[in-house]
Amino acid sequence: MADYHDVVVVGGGGAGLRAAIAVAETNPALRVAVISKVYPMRSHTVSAEGGAAAVAAPDDTLDEHAYDTVSGSDWLCDQDAVEAFVAEAPRELLRLEHWGCPWSRQPDGKIAVRAFGGMKKKRTWFAADRTGFHLLHTLFQTALSYSDIVRYDEWYVTKILVDDGRAYGVVAIELATGRIETITANAVILCTGGCGRVFPFTTNANIKTGDGMALAYRAGAPLKDMEFVQYHPTGLPFTGILITEAARAEGGWLLNKDGYRYLQDYDLGTPTPEPVLRNMELGPRDRLSQAFVHEMEKGNTIDTPYGPIVNLDLRHLGAKLIDLKLPFVRELCSKYQNIDPVTELVPVRPVVHYMMGGVHTDIRGATPLEGLYAAGEVACVSINGANRLGSNSLPECLVFGNRAGRAAAVFAARYHREVPSSIVAQGRDEARRLAAELGRRVEGHQRIADIRTEMQATMENGAGIYRDGDSLTKAAHELAELRLRFRHAGIDDHSTNFNTELIAWLELGFMLDVAECIIDSAALREESRGAHQRTDFPARDDERFLAHSLVRRQPDGSSRVGYLPVTITRWPPGERIYGR
Amino acid sequence: MATEITLEVARYRPGVDSEPVMQSYQVPLREHWAILDGLTYVKDHLDGTLSFRWSCRMGICGSCGMTVNGEPQLSCATFLTDYAPGPIRVEPLHNFPVVRDLVVDIDDFMTKLPKVKPWVVREVQSPVEEGEYLQTPEELDEYQQFSMCINCMLCYSACPVYSLEPDFLGPAAIALAQRYNLDSRDEGADERRDVLSSPEGVWACTFVGECSAVCPKGVDPAGAIQRYKLTAATQSIKELLMPRISRRLNSRSQG
Amino acid sequence: MSVYQRPVHLLWWLERRAYVLFVLRELSSVFVAWFVVFLLLLVNAVSDGTASYQRFLDWSGQWWVVAINVVAMLFVLLHVVTWFGLAPRAMAIKVRGRRVPAQQIVAAHYLAWLVLSAAVAWLVLR
Repeated sequence: MADYHDVVVVGGGGAGLRAAIAVAETNPALRVAVISKVYPMRSHTVSAEGGAAAVAAPDDTLDEHAYDTVSGSDWLCDQDAVEAFVAEAPRELLRLEHWGCPWSRQPDGKIAVRAFGGMKKKRTWFAADRTGFHLLHTLFQTALSYSDIVRYDEWYVTKILVDDGRAYGVVAIELATGRIETITANAVILCTGGCGRVFPFTTNANIKTGDGMALAYRAGAPLKDMEFVQYHPTGLPFTGILITEAARAEGGWLLNKDGYRYLQDYDLGTPTPEPVLRNMELGPRDRLSQAFVHEMEKGNTIDTPYGPIVNLDLRHLGAKLIDLKLPFVRELCSKYQNIDPVTELVPVRPVVHYMMGGVHTDIRGATPLEGLYAAGEVACVSINGANRLGSNSLPECLVFGNRAGRAAAVFAARYHREVPSSIVAQGRDEARRLAAELGRRVEGHQRIADIRTEMQATMENGAGIYRDGDSLTKAAHELAELRLRFRHAGIDDHSTNFNTELIAWLELGFMLDVAECIIDSAALREESRGAHQRTDFPARDDERFLAHSLVRRQPDGSSRVGYLPVTITRWPPGERIYGR
Repeated sequence: MATEITLEVARYRPGVDSEPVMQSYQVPLREHWAILDGLTYVKDHLDGTLSFRWSCRMGICGSCGMTVNGEPQLSCATFLTDYAPGPIRVEPLHNFPVVRDLVVDIDDFMTKLPKVKPWVVREVQSPVEEGEYLQTPEELDEYQQFSMCINCMLCYSACPVYSLEPDFLGPAAIALAQRYNLDSRDEGADERRDVLSSPEGVWACTFVGECSAVCPKGVDPAGAIQRYKLTAATQSIKELLMPRISRRLNSRSQG
Repeated sequence: MSVYQRPVHLLWWLERRAYVLFVLRELSSVFVAWFVVFLLLLVNAVSDGTASYQRFLDWSGQWWVVAINVVAMLFVLLHVVTWFGLAPRAMAIKVRGRRVPAQQIVAAHYLAWLVLSAAVAWLVLR
C-alpha cells in the first residue's frame, strides 16, 4: 500500500512545521504531510533556550547582522544566503509573534531584544530562556489550525526513494504497529535536525542521530562542510545539558580555577563588569571553547568526576534578573546539578551542540537531487560557515523552512501525481529488507550500545575541538572497524510494536555514515578555520580552502570529498576581531 | 550508599501478555542519575527489548512521563538517589492505553487539542510589515503560566475525572485554551466557548487539583479550569439578565 | 494492535491521598444536605409550638443524633478547609496591576468566615 502526498516533510521541528505551513499557504490545493519520529512538539527545537536573531532595534541594520554572521563564520558562509537570511529573519519572527509566540517585551509592549555572542548589536529576540520551546509550540499549535496538513506522528523514515535522479518519496515505519509504508510525493523536504549524538557529550536530544543527513547522503545528495562541529562553551558536566549563552549575555562571567576571567588571555578583549558586545564572554562559541582547551592544558581548569570544568558566575546578576530572564537556567541547575546560580558557581565545560554542515542546498533550500529539499540544522545553505553565531539557528529554521516549503510547493505543483513503477518496487524491497533485518539479527553478537559508545569516543578523540592528521586517520580506521562490527549487531527485540531497538539499530547505521563524512571532510581540510582547528595546520588558508567541502557517497559505499567555492558578495575575507 | 538499586519495570508485550508483568533490573545507583538513566542503562546493557520514550533528558520535550512509585513523573527529572534504597516501581502513565512496556497511546489528547483551537484567532490579521502586536509585560504575564505546558500528559494521568470519563477534554487542553483566551492578541474566546462550556469541558472537572500538583512546569491547569468556570458562569448570567447588551459587549470586547 | 487498558477498580480513590480527600470532600455534600434537613425539621418544630419544639430538642439530644451532627460538622469543616485551600486557583485577583498572592486570598477567606460566624453568633447570643 502506498500513501501519496504532493509534498512530504520529514521532521516536525521548527523548520519542518514552518515548511509545512509554507506549502499550505503557497498552494492550498497541495496535499502536504509531516512525518516525524516523535510527536512534533517533542522535536529538539524545544530545547533551544537563548533566542532568535533578527534586526529589530532602530540603531541596528541588516548589514551589521550580515557582517557579524559572515565574520562569525570565518568567511566560509555564502554571503548571498546570509543577505537573504538577515533580510527575511525579522519578518519570520514577526510572523511568529502574530501566531502567538510569547516573546519577552519592553514596558511599552514592543519586542525586547538581548545581546548574544558575536553580535555587535542587541538583536536577539527571546521568550525568557525557553525561546525554542515557545517557538516550537507556537508553530505546532498554529499548524493544528491547518487541518489539511496530514501528520504521521511517530513514523521513522528509513529511505528516500529515488528514480532517475529525482526523489519520489520515502519509506517509513509506524513505530506503534511496525507497519512499513511507501509514502510517495512529488517533493520531499528534509527537516530532521542535527547529529550531536554522534559524539559522547552533547546538548543534543536522544533523537539527534543525523537521520536526514544520512538519508540524503545515501540517496546521492552531497553533504557540505561536515567537518565543522560546534562546541558550545557552557554545558553542565554530567548531562551535557545546555546553559544558554544568554546567561553570559545577561552578564555572566567565565572563571577558571583561580576565579580569573581567563578569556582576556585569548584575544577576546578586556574584562568589564558590564557585558560588552563582541567582547570577552560575548565572543563567538568556537573561540570560547578553544580557550577552554588552552586553560585545561595550562592546568587552570577544575577536575571533576565528569571531566575538567570551569565556572560560570551568575551570582552578581541577582535573583530578580535571573528569575525574569533566565528562569530555565535556574531550574536546570537546581534539578540536574543541585546548585542555585543565585548563590553558587555553575560548573560548565564545552559540549557538542550544533552541526554547521549538512545536506548541501541552494538558497531556496533545494538540494542537487531533484525534488529533494532541506532546511534547518540538517541543511547547509550555508549561512553558518565554519562557526554559527548563537541565536542564528532558530531564525534559520524559519527563513529556510519557509523558503524550502515555497520552492517545494512550486516544484510539486509542476508534476502529475504519477509514481514510476520502479519506486513502488523500491518501496517493497525496503520493506522486505527491514523485515529481514529484524528476523536475521537474532544471532547478532555485537551490542548496539557498545558500538555506539565506541563510535562516540572515536569521534571525540579524533575530531574534537582540536584535531590533527594523526587523530583523524586513527578515527577513520576505528570507524571502518566499527562498521564491520555493525554488520554483526544484534537486535534482541523482534516485536513489531514500538520496537525502539530496531530504531536504535537504524539510527546507529545512519550515525556511522555521518561520522565517516565528518572525519573524511576534516582530514582533507588542511587548515584551521572557525570550529575546525587542526593543530598540524594552525592557520587559515584562504588560497586552498576558502571553499565548502562536499562529500559524496560513491557506488561502493565509500565517501569522496570535493570542494565548491564560497560565494562572496560584499565582505572580502578579513581577520576576525573580537574585543578590540 | 549501596552501589545498586532495583528497578521494577512494567512490561507489556501486545499479543504476548494479557496484562503488564513486572520485571526487575539491577542498575547502578549513582549521584545525578535520573530514573531515565537507569532505564537507558537497562536498554543498553541488560535488556534491549525494553521500550520507552525519551528525548531531551532536560524536562522540556515532554516525552518521558511515567508512573514512578505510583506518582506521575518525568523520568528524566526524577532521581534514583531520592528513592534509595529502593526498589523503584516504574510503570506507564495511568489513564492511557498501553501500547508497549512504558509507552502509552496519547492519540486521544492529540485529537482533543485542536478542538479548543489553541492558536491565535483574529478577525483581521494585520500584515507583519506593520510590526508586532503590542503586548505589555503585564499582558504577557496574564497567560504566560498557561503557555508553559509541555504536553507531557502527567496531568491526565493524575486526573480521576479523565479516568472515569474519557470524554473529558482534560487539564492540558483546557489550560492551552485559556492560554489563548487570556492572550491580549487573541479574539477567539467566543469560538472556544462552546467546547469549553460543554459537559465534556470545564464542567466535567470536579476540582480534584491533582493535575496542578503533578505538573512539572507549574502550569496550574486546575486554576485555568476554575477560572474559566467563573468566566463562563458570569457570562451566562449576564446573557440571561441582559441578553442584548451583553451580546453587544461581548462582540465588541472579543472583536 | 492490541493495547492494554488498565481497569478502574472500585477503590481507585484510595490510591492517592489527594483522591481520598477529594472523595471525602464530595461525600461531605451528603452531610451538608443533612444539615439542611435538620434545619427544616427545626423550623417545622418551632412553627408547631412549644411542645413540638421541646420534642425536637429531646430528639436532638439523643446520643446518635449528636454523633451524626458531630460527624457532619467534621465533614463540613473538611469541605471548608479543602475548598479554601483551592480557592486561589479559581480567583486571579489583581490589585493595582499586581496579582494578589495565594496566601492572602486564603487568609481573606478565613477572615470572611470568622466575621460571618461572629455575626451569626452575635445575632444568636445577644
